[in-house]
Amino acid sequence: MNSEGSGSRNSESVYEAVIGLEIHAQLLTGTKLFCGCSTRFGGGDNEHTCPVCLGLPGALPILNRRAIELAIRAGVALRCDINQESVFSRKNYFYPDLPKGYQISQYDRPICSNGQVRFFVDEKEILVRLTRAHLEEDAGKSTHDGDGTFVNLNRSCVPLLEIVSAPEIASAAQAAEYARMVRLILLFSEVCDGNLEEGSLRCDCNVSIRRKGASTLGTRVELKNINSFRFIEKAIDFEIQRQIDVVDGGGQIIQETRLYDSDKNRTVSMRTKEEAHDYRYFPDPDLLPVRISPLWIEEIKRLLPELPLERIERFCSQYQLARHEACMLVQTRDLANFFEEVAKNSGNPKAAANWIMGELVGTLNENKLNISQSPVSAQHLAELIQQINTGKISGKIGKMVFEEMVRTSRSPNLIIKEKGLVQVLDESQISIWIDEVVAQNPDQVVQYRAGREKVYGFFVGQIMKLSHGQASPELTNKLLIARLKKP
Amino acid sequence: MEIHQCRIDNLRRLIVNREVSAEEVCRSFIDRISDKDKDINAFITVNERAVEVARSLDSRIASGQADLEAPLLGIPVALKDLICTRGLKTTAASKVLCNYIPPYSATIVNKIEAAGGVILGKTNLDEFAMGSSTETSWYGPTKNPINHLYVPGGSSGGSAAAVAAGLSPCAIGTDTGGSIRQPASFCGVVGIKPTYGRVSRYGIIAFASSLDQAGTIAANVSDAATLLQVISGFDSLDSTSCKKKVPNFASEISADVKGLTIGLPKEYFVDGIDAEIRNKLEVTIESLRHQGVEFKEVSLPSVEYAIGVYYIIATSEASSNLARYDGVRFGLRSEEARNINDLYCLSRDQGFGREVKRRIMLGTFALSSGYYDAYYLQACKVRRLLQNEFLEAFKHCDVLLSPVTAQPPFKLGEKLSDPLSMYLSDIYTISTNLAGLPGMSVPAGKNSLGLPIGVQLTGPHFDEQRLFNVARAIELIGGGV
Repeated sequence: MNSEGSGSRNSESVYEAVIGLEIHAQLLTGTKLFCGCSTRFGGGDNEHTCPVCLGLPGALPILNRRAIELAIRAGVALRCDINQESVFSRKNYFYPDLPKGYQISQYDRPICSNGQVRFFVDEKEILVRLTRAHLEEDAGKSTHDGDGTFVNLNRSCVPLLEIVSAPEIASAAQAAEYARMVRLILLFSEVCDGNLEEGSLRCDCNVSIRRKGASTLGTRVELKNINSFRFIEKAIDFEIQRQIDVVDGGGQIIQETRLYDSDKNRTVSMRTKEEAHDYRYFPDPDLLPVRISPLWIEEIKRLLPELPLERIERFCSQYQLARHEACMLVQTRDLANFFEEVAKNSGNPKAAANWIMGELVGTLNENKLNISQSPVSAQHLAELIQQINTGKISGKIGKMVFEEMVRTSRSPNLIIKEKGLVQVLDESQISIWIDEVVAQNPDQVVQYRAGREKVYGFFVGQIMKLSHGQASPELTNKLLIARLKKP
Repeated sequence: MEIHQCRIDNLRRLIVNREVSAEEVCRSFIDRISDKDKDINAFITVNERAVEVARSLDSRIASGQADLEAPLLGIPVALKDLICTRGLKTTAASKVLCNYIPPYSATIVNKIEAAGGVILGKTNLDEFAMGSSTETSWYGPTKNPINHLYVPGGSSGGSAAAVAAGLSPCAIGTDTGGSIRQPASFCGVVGIKPTYGRVSRYGIIAFASSLDQAGTIAANVSDAATLLQVISGFDSLDSTSCKKKVPNFASEISADVKGLTIGLPKEYFVDGIDAEIRNKLEVTIESLRHQGVEFKEVSLPSVEYAIGVYYIIATSEASSNLARYDGVRFGLRSEEARNINDLYCLSRDQGFGREVKRRIMLGTFALSSGYYDAYYLQACKVRRLLQNEFLEAFKHCDVLLSPVTAQPPFKLGEKLSDPLSMYLSDIYTISTNLAGLPGMSVPAGKNSLGLPIGVQLTGPHFDEQRLFNVARAIELIGGGV
């Protein structure tokens, strides 16, 4: 259990926050959890439906095996125990977008138990344990209009994995980082596309406070459907402070569900416990218990792609990168893969990291492109770095070449050749340029010798102009200093 | 012999040989329905397209395109109106679905049609299959064809009455706690509920998912077997259907019961059984004994709890299965509704009958927080005990013989004010559903009022063949052909 402080404005706070997150991830199956309808986003209203996901009389569910596979894969990636036998249960309640009047979910025998997620907040490693992860079908979508409500059941029966953390997240910042890491893990294991805005990833937060050091939990409040990581942090921060204010004012926290209003940066009550449902869970008699063989679990473990934290740690050790550099490069699989290709082919991981995180990402962001749309290929960037490494061109020239590469997507070697940008390392040639500049600027020579050091930059500028930027900066400095010392 | 008195295999042969057309056959049943059903009310819907279907079957037979081996070629089949038929109104005998036309057909309907069967119409039932008399139907009660003052039994009363009155050669019913066997017994016809999982439930409006099974009702054992074979078999659309191979039930029937052992559960043979029913049972036992059957007493101690277990499990599952009738996407929607709460409450209040509401409330209570362990969970455990007792009994015998009901058919209206008394009449049939075993009702004569009496056979899982065999022997005792 972490003992980091809460998000309270009062740093000497008497209270600590206890936070748990429930993340719902839509699994990347092609078809729904209990029928063959497509899970593709969009489509005409109620286009992707059939008797099963419409809950028509007489329809029966049939389990999608791929959903089990992805759930196992997610469970393995989240370090859960995969239960070899699990059961689907009915969660009964009435709502127009829940066609059967019950949701097929898992209750006392979920597919995954325990688990843990490691992540970093301000360079400090945090570990949050998971309670469980279970499969359930999604409901449809209700759209409220002035006149009434429209129900679209395209989303009904889409497979969700509900990932439940233990109530041991200690701050809003931690909660946001935890959610980010869970998303990254799901992305890297190719289980979910992690789109918070579109709703393929949804996050509910349970927030409570208690006096520091207390062993019992305070009354918890549920914050629902927050659709960005930034808002997760802001919503939780607000809620913690709200709860502290209530308790400090002598009041009691009501157990309820609240929604986050991002415009006003506050949480608003949605429903209280008195209206809470009794879901009357019981095992679904239309479905058999799910039996998973240890062999299948082993196979999935074996084929699991490298996970984000492992990749970050490998980048640090293999490429000697700082943690924050590695974290930035592991934001997506594509970016991490791009970096590795550049690092390996250029032989200079540090330079690769700098170029990517500096020039390249800046350029991509300006043009609203992602790494897979980069006009500069990994191969070409590696070549550019090599050219600078071997001293063929200077760093400054390199930047010019890069700009040309962005514009034309051409190879740096070609650009350098064409424009004759190869760095001049010939000392006698540099000396000729130096002599010419010195001869043409006698006043500045006098000024320099009189002690005005700033004039030095003027000479360098003139030499660069004369040499079209190709004079090696190091050699230029060495020879210029020596020349200016001579009478 | 009239068309409506023929066995299915004979009728089929006449059609194949073109001595009679499928259309003629179909018309003759439709005419009989027009003539007689106003007094019986066995049908909710007669299929207006039936004759057309029969006619096109005839032209395929004539042109050589028809599969002449199809087991139900040209045979009309009536379906309990709990079974979805694409394009044909399916109501569950409830006001809630009085305007519902399914966009798909149940798997068993597709199988019947693929076998050449002609869907004749949808028969009456207790609303949502909840009842033992067909009196809770939104479409009014069905009368027992033998005596119109009496109930035909339920919930598959319409199917049993249709066959008994010669309005259809055969029919499909469903059985959750005896709803095929009891009406078959009351109407003097054969009815079989197969092993749970033998027949697909896809497209059959669910009452209690772990108990429901579709089965067949016919005038004789052979026809019941023929129809059961057609509807049986694994269905990938039903996760609870079983992959076990389906035997050729009809052709493998053998009435040679010499050497069989039949178990008599001692808990079933207690005081309170109607004397004439007991007498018919004893006559059957003696006749079978003469044919070389050995009888043994077996014990099923937990049947004492069977009614309680059944009415907890069945109503719990039903309370959940019937939640979808909310007026949102199909079915009755109250016009007075002004908000979502109204929509649910008014539509369901106006749409469901009293017995359905009673069971939904019972089931909701049994599953609710604080009661789940004491009721639902406990009932499931006792159910397992009961099943184990049956399995143990079958180590000592091949089939069980028992009454179907303790009392003969009752009069319309007699039990409506006493639901509990109605529930207790299921006492001999529900254990079979709880244990998932196949069960069959065979006619065994009539009582002094002329009302039919049946006897019940219960077999081990997937041993329907054995039931058909013993049933055939009993049928022959009764002078069947």
